[in-house]
Amino acid sequence: MKKLVSVLLAAVMAVGCLSGCGAKEAKNANAFYIGGIGPITGDAAIYGTAVQNGAQIAVDEINAAGGINGYQIEYNFQDDQGDAEKSANAYNTLKDWGMQMLMGTVTTAPCVAVADLTAADNMIQITPSASSTDVIKNDNVFQVCFTDPAQGTKSAQYIGQNNLAKKVAIIYNSSDIYSSGIEATFVEEAANQNFEVVAEEAFTADSKTDFSTQLQKAKDADADLVFLPIYYTEASIILTQANAMGYDPTFFGCDGMDGILGVKNFDTSLAEGLMLLTPFAADAQDDLTKKFVDTYKEKYGEIPNQFAADAYDAVYAMKAALESANATPDMSASDLCDALKPVMTTISIDGLTGTGMSWSETGEVNKDPKAVVIQNGEYVGM
Amino acid sequence: MRFITYLINGISLGSIYAIIALGYTMVYGIAKMLNFAHGDVIMIGCYVVFTCMSGMGLNPFVSVTLAVVVCTVLGMVIEKVAYKPLRKATPLAVLITAIGVSYLLQNIALLAFGADTKSFTSVVPIPNISLGEVNVTGVTVVAVAACIIIMIVLMLFIKKTKAGQAMLAVSEDKEAAQLMGVNVNGTISLTFAIGSGLAAIAGVLLCSAYPTLTPYTGSMPGIKAFTAAVFGGIGSIPGAFIGGILLGIIEILAKAYISSQLADAIVFAVLILVLLVKPTGILGKPIHEKV
Amino acid sequence: MSKLNLKTMKKSTKSNLITYAMVIVVFAVVQILVATGSMSSLMQGLLVPLCTYSIVAIGLNLCVGYLGELSLGHAGFMCVGAFSSAFFTKCMEDTAMNPTLRFIIALLIGTCVAAFFGFLIGIPVLRLRGDYLAIVTLAFGEIIKNVINVLYVGKDENGLHFAINDPKSMNLTENGKMIIDGAKGITGTPRQASFLIGVILILIALFVVFNLVNSRSGRAIMAIRDNRIAAESVGINITKFKLMAFTISAAIAGAGGVLYAHNLSSLIAQPANFGYNMSIMILVFVVLGGMGNFRGSIIAAVVLTMLPEVLRGLSDYRMLIYAIVLIVMMLFNWAPAAITWRQTHSLKTLFAKKTKEVE
Repeated sequence: MKKLVSVLLAAVMAVGCLSGCGAKEAKNANAFYIGGIGPITGDAAIYGTAVQNGAQIAVDEINAAGGINGYQIEYNFQDDQGDAEKSANAYNTLKDWGMQMLMGTVTTAPCVAVADLTAADNMIQITPSASSTDVIKNDNVFQVCFTDPAQGTKSAQYIGQNNLAKKVAIIYNSSDIYSSGIEATFVEEAANQNFEVVAEEAFTADSKTDFSTQLQKAKDADADLVFLPIYYTEASIILTQANAMGYDPTFFGCDGMDGILGVKNFDTSLAEGLMLLTPFAADAQDDLTKKFVDTYKEKYGEIPNQFAADAYDAVYAMKAALESANATPDMSASDLCDALKPVMTTISIDGLTGTGMSWSETGEVNKDPKAVVIQNGEYVGM
Repeated sequence: MRFITYLINGISLGSIYAIIALGYTMVYGIAKMLNFAHGDVIMIGCYVVFTCMSGMGLNPFVSVTLAVVVCTVLGMVIEKVAYKPLRKATPLAVLITAIGVSYLLQNIALLAFGADTKSFTSVVPIPNISLGEVNVTGVTVVAVAACIIIMIVLMLFIKKTKAGQAMLAVSEDKEAAQLMGVNVNGTISLTFAIGSGLAAIAGVLLCSAYPTLTPYTGSMPGIKAFTAAVFGGIGSIPGAFIGGILLGIIEILAKAYISSQLADAIVFAVLILVLLVKPTGILGKPIHEKV
Repeated sequence: MSKLNLKTMKKSTKSNLITYAMVIVVFAVVQILVATGSMSSLMQGLLVPLCTYSIVAIGLNLCVGYLGELSLGHAGFMCVGAFSSAFFTKCMEDTAMNPTLRFIIALLIGTCVAAFFGFLIGIPVLRLRGDYLAIVTLAFGEIIKNVINVLYVGKDENGLHFAINDPKSMNLTENGKMIIDGAKGITGTPRQASFLIGVILILIALFVVFNLVNSRSGRAIMAIRDNRIAAESVGINITKFKLMAFTISAAIAGAGGVLYAHNLSSLIAQPANFGYNMSIMILVFVVLGGMGNFRGSIIAAVVLTMLPEVLRGLSDYRMLIYAIVLIVMMLFNWAPAAITWRQTHSLKTLFAKKTKEVE
């Protein structure tokens, strides 16, 4: 019996191996192959899905408008569940598919791992939302979002310059790169500002349901503003628990806070007055944003968040760079990379997340942050 | 004042751990197995309440009753299908099966309800009570009261009723109990039913106090409650109560005074220390080996 | 010199040789495929992870199959192995040390640190009976993850600096660099792990476990598993042998962690890679491959790691399938009804019946 099972397993393995080697689709020679990687299952699925959809809209628009230099785009998005190893697998899958440019990955740690692979293969990579500075240490990677240090510094400056608070408490996720990265630079910059950090409280991925102790400490320290450089799921619990405690400071978040109004069954009245620093506001009245939001709503049935907007801009950045370099699809990924690297720092695009966006040689983006506040259950620019 | 607030938060969390730990300890005492799926039964209970209240607009009391019924049945079905056939197998096989059941429940919930976090509306209608500077939430009051009532009822049930006596007999010696005419299978099934019913109540309180719901909601509290059961002495009902409350207090105080990042590490370190110093827990009986 | 004679050879020796041969043949086939360019990037990228999980599964199988104790912390041992070895590699990155030598030392460090932690946990827990090892190893995995996420280690010309929670207190000088950066973990570890190294490690792990299992100590360990009281009564030192098996098991997991750390340039301790779920996944490999069957563990690890990648659409159902595999395998192997069914339907009895009919 045991032998039979082993033989069966070995057979399955052999078939799996062969199908892995043999399956190569015929390539469309007249199209650019853009791959995307991000978590579309698991904890961070909402970000990966937003990126997948946002980029899809951009690709459809470009293809409908005649493509890039007259060539169409082929777009393929693979799941990495937010894990570095799965991300490397997804990257290899896309390479087998024929990817020439990578739009991804969505979260930071997988992006660091994949950035190492793209550097080895010399492939251009534009990440919509992986925000650590480790991501862009190679010259082939460019970011659409702000880096974590930039977010921390800019949040501190914003709070200071607008006199939002005298005493600030921070609640952050110490097991998360994004959150702890912002926290560190926020505290650093806070020293130069006119407010005082009175409490730095953390939680971890395994204990992200009870914040009563952290809130109590913030309350005891008389903090009039609580800075939450965390994702919106935990933030929704913090708001609910603060309300139950009768603690009502100003809450201030970063781009991860975007999406809080979409939490199922969440009492959105609790989020009234919540401020967040994000480069994208879905209620903005410019034509580009309106068109994007309408298309997104029509196609996917929800209001797009900042990740979707970043992905949309990432695809348009690729388009601008390809046009500026006069690239053609018959170039190899490595040739494309060599052609695009120098022009990335010269292009400038007006996107959803900023006008006149440009890139520095480090791969960092230059654009202005916007602060939005939640009023009557909607994001309103400030 | 601050210390008292933390203490109350700790007792609130601890009494929820205690109710979950009661389920673990009863099943361990009688079936001699670690029911890893207990934490996930909690999660299923929460989803039942969530669906009833937000989806169908039922009132909280009906929803909770329904959740208790669903969990009780679920507990009995799990026992019947997955654990009963393995009663004579090695403990390792049973443990692995229990882990499998735990995973199965999580992934069924994942497919049925999705991975996104749901915000849970508290089912407790009592408003907050202010005692000077100290603010006690309604959930805390209900959790502590529920925990004490459940413990007393359980102890009376075991001492005074025939079914309770049968449980004691089965936990002492399965074969001897059978010879004395005790329905061993029925008793074990009843234990699972009670434990899972309690899980539903614990789940509702858990989600009311910490208003979030995902398919993994039950797993960490489940593991910590098991730690509490071992801490108090596995198999002992008052032990589960004391262990639960103590663990809740340790967790909150560690968060408040030592380090909010390392609170979980400290809780688990307590478990290792307890096993090092007094392996049978605070109220556990020493184990006699039979040859 | 005795000649290799397959017919007179002991059954266990023969089976072990088949396992070694299987690994070497697979290695050769893969090398040919890579050389001829007929292997996809995905498969090439998967080679090292396949080795990693096979190694950890071998380690866990020693614990589950031979010691008869469940460990839910093998991901934790992987984690300490990964971090300690990557830490060493990063420390020595700027020195003129030969990279191969550096990797070998890193491998030894990772393995030893994991073994040390296994030993440390084993001392209090292996004295106890019951399911305590499962719960304590689970606790250990959680503690390790928690601690690494707040641990900061930096290096400058004044030596190493450590801090918990507060990186600023280390006072690193201008040209100092962070090695372990809290939740960011270790970034930029050179990717030195290769399929060849992975296969060599699998062979070493197999060599270690086969020798242990077929030795006097191995028989003592199995005696404890089968009947502890009887084993004790014939003078077997229970704690010593249990501790030995568990420490070796942890060390092998640590070696797997070293391979993991040197295959990705970003190493962080998250629930997804070093949490409870990973421990369970490895347990599934062991259970599906057959407890006590090392060859089975390797095959199961390879198949179950590859399947969701090759059939990417399946990933939603992957964990559900794992759960069902666990339950069904246990019921199939242990439930009395299933055992009787297997006896009446097994190939041997079917053959026996047929031969009788012929007679």
